[in-house]
Amino acid sequence: MHIPDGFISPAINATTAAISLSGIVLASYHVRKELDERAVPLIGVTAAFIFAAQMLNFPVLAGTSGHFLGAALAVFLLGPSASILVMSLVLLIQCLGFADGGLTALGTNVFNMGLIAGLSAYGIFHALKRLLPQSRLGEVASVGFAAWFSVVFASAAASLELALSGTSTLSIVLPAMVGVHAVIGVGEAMITVAAYSMVRNVRPDLIQSHALHQE
Amino acid sequence: MKRSFLLAGFVLSLLMGALVSPFASSHPDGLEKVAEDKEFIQLAEETPAAWSNSPAPDYQVTLFRNDSLATSFAGLLGTILVCVIGVALGKILLQRREFKQ
Repeated sequence: MHIPDGFISPAINATTAAISLSGIVLASYHVRKELDERAVPLIGVTAAFIFAAQMLNFPVLAGTSGHFLGAALAVFLLGPSASILVMSLVLLIQCLGFADGGLTALGTNVFNMGLIAGLSAYGIFHALKRLLPQSRLGEVASVGFAAWFSVVFASAAASLELALSGTSTLSIVLPAMVGVHAVIGVGEAMITVAAYSMVRNVRPDLIQSHALHQE
Repeated sequence: MKRSFLLAGFVLSLLMGALVSPFASSHPDGLEKVAEDKEFIQLAEETPAAWSNSPAPDYQVTLFRNDSLATSFAGLLGTILVCVIGVALGKILLQRREFKQ
């Protein structure tokens, strides 16, 4: 879902860049309230996993592929602030090192795949945790659905930006984007549940973000 | 199982980035496909890249002739790079500050 140069108007790119930058600054300050220095190795491994997994495009529908995003997984392993920082780091390296996502659209990509994806996963996880049974199955289901929604919300945000930029119209681009990402989101949910469950089972002590997991 | 779990996670990431990546689907991703179908992909094709100094555009290290090798190396480098920067960033932001009591 990395937006290249040329799709988004300068006004929209400037707006999302300002919001993304504010988000990064806020997250940098707030991350100390969510994590302590024992989380440092997990931050590195989570960033590495997200970068590598994003390279593995899997086929969806005819002639289309999708790939893991990782914002939801980062939220569940590290909390919302670190998730914004990790996603911003991955997107910056992808843009500068690998020409994935345009430099002019970097703020928009951080907004969609960092802020919108991460914060929607966080919000939906909390809402579902209250609705679903307080069991391990309920928790895993919340994780999976939140991961699915994170991709769908990010694609809806991208659609809105494309429409506001005059690149397409909302009635055309929104159903197309949300439709294909509803399928890609299933892959996101499966990978997120698998990776999260692995950490939760083997090293529950690594998951520090108590605000997220308090019983 | 304590320390080794994180190491295993890192090694798994390296394997995915370096060895699995050449086998990834090369079909357009969701956004690209929509841009093709809804006929606005040309906006990206006509716009010169704002940043054209990437050492590995499209996850292919330009040094290598062989596509799979170029992708493998890009995956290896990128995975290590984000891990190192992530750890450095984490240390800077989460370092315990010694307060005088």
